Formats: sequence, C-alpha cells, structure tokens
Amino acid sequence: MSDARKGNLEFQRTYAAKGEPFVWLTAMGLAVGLIMVVGLLGIIISNGLPVFWPSRVSEFQLKPDISNPVPQGGDKIVGELVQKRMKRIPVLNEKGIKKADQTELQVFVGNKDTYGLNFAFANQGDIAAVTEPKDIYRIERLEYGIAFGYPKSVKLANGQSVPSTDATFHEVLAQLCAEATARRHEIENIEKHEIGQINKQLNDLRISQKSDSQSSEKISALDAQYKTLATKASELRATQAASSFQYTTPTGVDRSLAIGELVSYTQPNRLSTWERIVLFARNFLNFLWENPREANTEGGIFPAIFGTFAMTLLMSVAVVPFGVIAAIYLREYAKQGFFLQCVRIAVNNLAGVPSIVFGVFGLGFFVYFVGGSIDQLFFGKYLPTPTFGTGGVFWAALTLALMTVPVVIVSTEEAMAAVPRGIREGSLSCGASKWQTIQRIVLPASLPGILTGLVLAMARGAGEVAPLMLVGVVKLAPSLPLDGDFPFAHLERKFMHLGFHIYDLGFQSPDSEAAKPMVFATALLLILLVITLNLAAILTREKLRKKYAGGAF
Amino acid sequence: MPAVLSEPVRSHFPTTVNTSTAGRPDFISIQNFSFFYGAKQALFDISMDIPERQVTAFIGPSGCGKSTLLRNLNRMNELIDGISHTGDIIIHGHSIYDPLIEVISLRKRVGMVFQKSNPFPKTIYENVVYPLRVAGQNAKSVLDETVERSLKGAALWDEVKDRLHESALSLSGGQMQRLCIARAIANRPEILLMDEPCSALDPVATVKVEELIQELKSEFTIVIVTHNMQQATRCSDKTAFFYLGRLVEFADTQKIFANPSCKQTEDYITGRFG
Repeated sequence: MSDARKGNLEFQRTYAAKGEPFVWLTAMGLAVGLIMVVGLLGIIISNGLPVFWPSRVSEFQLKPDISNPVPQGGDKIVGELVQKRMKRIPVLNEKGIKKADQTELQVFVGNKDTYGLNFAFANQGDIAAVTEPKDIYRIERLEYGIAFGYPKSVKLANGQSVPSTDATFHEVLAQLCAEATARRHEIENIEKHEIGQINKQLNDLRISQKSDSQSSEKISALDAQYKTLATKASELRATQAASSFQYTTPTGVDRSLAIGELVSYTQPNRLSTWERIVLFARNFLNFLWENPREANTEGGIFPAIFGTFAMTLLMSVAVVPFGVIAAIYLREYAKQGFFLQCVRIAVNNLAGVPSIVFGVFGLGFFVYFVGGSIDQLFFGKYLPTPTFGTGGVFWAALTLALMTVPVVIVSTEEAMAAVPRGIREGSLSCGASKWQTIQRIVLPASLPGILTGLVLAMARGAGEVAPLMLVGVVKLAPSLPLDGDFPFAHLERKFMHLGFHIYDLGFQSPDSEAAKPMVFATALLLILLVITLNLAAILTREKLRKKYAGGAF
Repeated sequence: MPAVLSEPVRSHFPTTVNTSTAGRPDFISIQNFSFFYGAKQALFDISMDIPERQVTAFIGPSGCGKSTLLRNLNRMNELIDGISHTGDIIIHGHSIYDPLIEVISLRKRVGMVFQKSNPFPKTIYENVVYPLRVAGQNAKSVLDETVERSLKGAALWDEVKDRLHESALSLSGGQMQRLCIARAIANRPEILLMDEPCSALDPVATVKVEELIQELKSEFTIVIVTHNMQQATRCSDKTAFFYLGRLVEFADTQKIFANPSCKQTEDYITGRFG
C-alpha cells in the first residue's frame, strides 16, 4: 500500500469519519444564510430609519468660478447632505493623464417650486467653505415637499403683518399652524365622509329610479344638505388661504405660502439632541398613521399598512380551513395509491406556479366569474358599475390563499402523520369513531404543525405583489376596507399594499431619487408587519406545543 | 350517532355484573379462527373458550400471534389494510362480526390497555372521561362520578385527586399506564384486553398494575398478553401458549406451569427456547 493511500485511509478514519468536514459545511451554510439576512436587514434599516431623523442643514459656499447646479442659486448650495460618494472619471485629460477621481456630494436642496429640482450634486473640490446657518427653517408643505428658508413675516387675514423680528412671531405662527391643521382635518371630514355619504345616498336613490314625490323630496333635501356642506368646505378653504407665511429662500427669492399649505416647520440647526429624538419619534409615528400625499411620495403610509394587514388576515382565515380540510381527506380518508400520489405531487407543484399566473386566474375566476355573478344576482341595480366584479381586498385574499394553500396542506399532512399511532388506537379502543378521533385527538395534536404552515403562508402571502396588481391593489385607495359605514367591513373595496407601494414609489414616481428613502422605510415596515404577524402565530404555536408535548406519547 | 345506535346493541350484550360470581366458561368463544395479513397467515385454526370474570394469559415467543388474536377481540386489527379471517369469535353468545353490531359499540364493551401507555395530550380528567364524551355523555355529575370511580378502580385516585385538571403527560410512566387502565374501564366494559401492560414499567409499578389486575377481575373478564412467565403465574387463572400462530396448549395456569402436557410448552416456560 502506498503512503498516499495510507494517508488517505488515515484521514478517512479519523477526520472524515467523525463527520468533521460536514459539520463545517453545514455551519458555513447557516453562516452564509445568516450573513445575507442580517445584511439585507442592515441595509434596509440603515437606509430606512434616517428618513425620520431630523438632519442638519448646511450651506456650501462654492468656489468663485464654479457654475452652480441649482438655478437661481447664486454662489452657494443650501440643504441637507444626503451622501458623499466617489466619482470615478474614466477619461484622460488633454495631456493624456487620467483625471483624478472626485468625491461628489449629494445635497437635498428642497424648494422644488423655486429650483425645479430636489437634489444638487457638487464636487467636494469645488466647495470653498461649509457653514451651518443657525436660523434657517425647514418647512414641510402640502405641495412641492420641503422648503428651506428664512422667515420674513406672517400676514394675517385682517391684513396685519407680524415681522419675524417681532417678539410674538413664534407664538402667532404656532397658533396659526395649529388652527390650519384643525381646519384641514375638518375639510377632510366634510369632503370625505359627510359629502361622501350624501353622494352614496343620492346615488342609491337615483339608481332605484322611483320618480314618486317621496324620493324626489329626499333628493332635494340631500341636495340642500350637500350645498350647505360644500359652502362650509369652501369657506374653510378660503380661511386656509387668507393668512400666509412669508419667507425668503437661502438664495434670496421671496416666497409666500398660504397658511393652509403649511404642514409643519422646524429650525433644524437649533434642535437639541433630545428634541431631535422626539422629532424622530414623531416623524416615525406620522409616517405610520398618516395618509399619503403628493402621489404617495410625502405623508404616511397608514392605508398601505392597514390594507396589507387586512389582506393577510383575510388570507389566513381563508387558507387554514381550506388547507386543513384538504389535508384531512388526503391523509385520513383517501385510499393511498398511485392516484393519491399524483394528487399530492400536483398540490406540491402548485407552490411552484409563478404567482402572476395565480393573479391571472384570480382575475378570470374570482373577479370576473364569481364577482360578476354576485353583481348580477345581488347588485344588479348598480350595473354597469361593478361592485364585486372588480378587484378588491376579498378577491386578493382568496387569490393569495389559493397560492399558499399547498404550504398549509403539506405541513398539516406532516403534522397529522406525526401523531403517534398509539394515541389514535387508544382513542379508537375507547369506542370513538374515526371522525371523533380526528376531531378530538389528531387535529389538536397537529395544531402546532398547522400553525407552522400558516406562518409560512403568511410570510409568502404578505410579501407578494405581482398577483395583487391584477386583483385589487391600487396606488391610492380613497377609503379603507374597514370603516364606520355600514356594513363596516367592505370586502369589495380596492386597497393599498406595502409591497405595491414599494414598487410604485421606487419605479413609478416622478422623482425616484426623492422617493428612495421612503422606499426603504416602507420596506422596513413591511418586514416589521410580517414579523409581527409571524410572531403572533409562533407564540401561539409554542403555547400549544407546551400543551401537547412534553410527556412520553 | 353512537348514543342512538348503542342502545339496541346493549341488548345483545346483557350486563351480567350482579349475577353469580361463577361466570360463563365460554364468555368469549373463539371458533376455528384463522387470520391473514394479506397472503401471510398469522393465526391457524384457533378454538378456545375464555371464561367470564377470570384472568386469561396469552404467552408465547415473539411473533406467535398472541397479540394478533388479542387485537382481534375488539377488531383493532381492522385498521390494517388487506387483512382477512375465517372462523368466528363469539362474545356472550353473539358474533363480533355480526353485521348488526357496529365496531364502535363492540369497542365500548371491550376495553383495551396497550403495551406503551398512550394517554391523550389532555388533562387527567379529560383522559378518563374520553370514552363517555365520545359516546355523547356530557353531564358533569356523571363525568365526575366516573372519574372518581375509574381512578379508584385503577388505584390512582389518591395520587392525582388534587390535580385532575393538570396535563396527563405530567404523570410518571407507571401512573400513565394506570391512567390508561382507568380510561379503559371508565365506560364499564365487560372485557378488558391488556397487551403487555407492564413491559415498559419498572418493578414497583409492575407490582401495582398486577395487584390491580387481581382486583379488577371481580368485575371484568381480563385477557392479558405477557412475555413474563412470573407475571402469568402470579395473576392469571388460565394460560394459553401460542407457537407459530397455533394454540399449543390452553389450561389452568397452575397446570400449565406445573405439569404441561406438551413438550413445546415445557421447553418454552423453562426457558429452553423463545
């Protein structure tokens, strides 16, 4: 025997026999997976959270002969520093030497109404000095996003003007701003809910097509109500525009902002650390609870969070009974054989069908066929306006339930197979029928497994976007699928979804550079939502496990 | 469903608990019984009469068919695909294969304790009342009375009476097996089948279960499968020795162990094979 073979044998006996290489291999597999997960989360968190942190505003003084990328900008760029990055220049200069790489600054300059752009890019080398203007204001507006500027005065409705040098200026501005916010909520309430309800009643009356005196009386009464409300709303709107906030942009352009357009303002360079933390928390909460503005690039994402949550919950409610019933038949009653094996393979392969195919199926079957039939049977008077015959949260939930049902079937079947034969026999020997045994012994013992299936189904369903685009997701839904109007749960309504929101912000918005932080923040929330839902299911499962395991079965 | 159907069935099996202590000698009558797993024959033409309210032990080496025969007495073997039988088993004058008798009502009359204790993952209380619950009995007074009677019958009452609503899985191995016995006798069956009930227990728990068997035989007809010769001598009145699917010898326990009439029996009980 040669030495090499001897060595090889030795190796196999000692090293490989213990399985040492495989321990390392498995550990490496886990490590790679963990690194990828942690890295992804890190990127999302580090890009998403700073959106809410009130950063400082700097003034970048440009060197004399440099042209300012900001129109009307004069010789300086004022704004928040977004990032510094290396700009490689693969070009030779006139002498044939490679041009030096440059550090480029990306600055958020705001004032889009004045400048026409949100971001300015400048080379580090072109900047002469950086200062932090102490008194600069960061003004959040309903339209055109953020403005930076120095306040000049507040013009009141009675024509009086309070200059910013006045001692009462801050008080007056804060009070005006609070009043404007209250009025804004009132207008929204009138236009969205009160007028919306009148419109709905009017619509119903017109559709019922009764031309008796009673209904025409009702219509005129409603019309009168509508007119009062509309007048009230337009009066409020006029008040919103009556007083205004006068400010100068850092480059000296005078601007006037109606007080109704002013959402909030801060002095970012005067904030203490504690104030910054409070502001960070407030920004985050506003992001959670507010409705989106400005084609979703501003404001909050509450409708998307709620839509995702409602859709995922509806999907779980649909997928669990369906999957469990199918699994019971497959495992307990169907005759095991070639045909059943084919059914199993088919079910498992359903999980591999591209999700967009499920979307097309949902559109054709649920929306057009089932929804269309429901409309014809129950909502005929509204036709041709569809009620259920168009995409909605219910059809989306059913489509995703169909997509995730294989996961639930497989995990339920596995859990039922793992119930020890002994306790089944014990139940049967007590005079229980097969169904009683399944219902009282097998199903409770399989509950942890069923919940595992649900966790997997929710994780997949909540993050899915492609099929939803066909069966009910919209960029902006006028109302939530759950509200105070009878019958409270409106399953036919279209809804917003975090996943679609990410797609829409990142790839469909007019200024994707400005929307980028929002994309990360939305992704962060989607992950948080999925984690929350899964944690709930996992905690329930652990509780059940403790209840059903532990002893010697 | 079971509550309604079990009534006419009860008349097939008149309860005889309070009649004379000397039971019928042919309470369970196995007649020319052969049993097949698919093409493989497991039992060959077995005929025997098991007496009422006595303990009958089945002994024999592994694979001799004693458990198969036991599991046929409550038709538990029917869970397996491809089984068939010839001959008949008569309990109290009625065939267990009579189409009038549903297998569920048969199992209510023939309780079973398994080799490995199999308490349900429920509370002690719910374990004991399970046979009543599946029969549709939900009256609390009846259930409470049953729990006390059965647990006392299984000599477990004093140990668990203060924690009836704790999980049955918190009990020790011996307690679990006695709980399974309590469950098996909860609905007052006439026959108690025990498939090596002590094989997974320590000697102390084994003694307890054996004492229990002696107490239970005043009320139930007990058939016990055991690998343990001493156990068969200690607690059975009659013993049947099986070998390779055939009933070799069936007689009073004393006679079988003192003076077996077959050479195979003698070899087995003296430990020369098996």
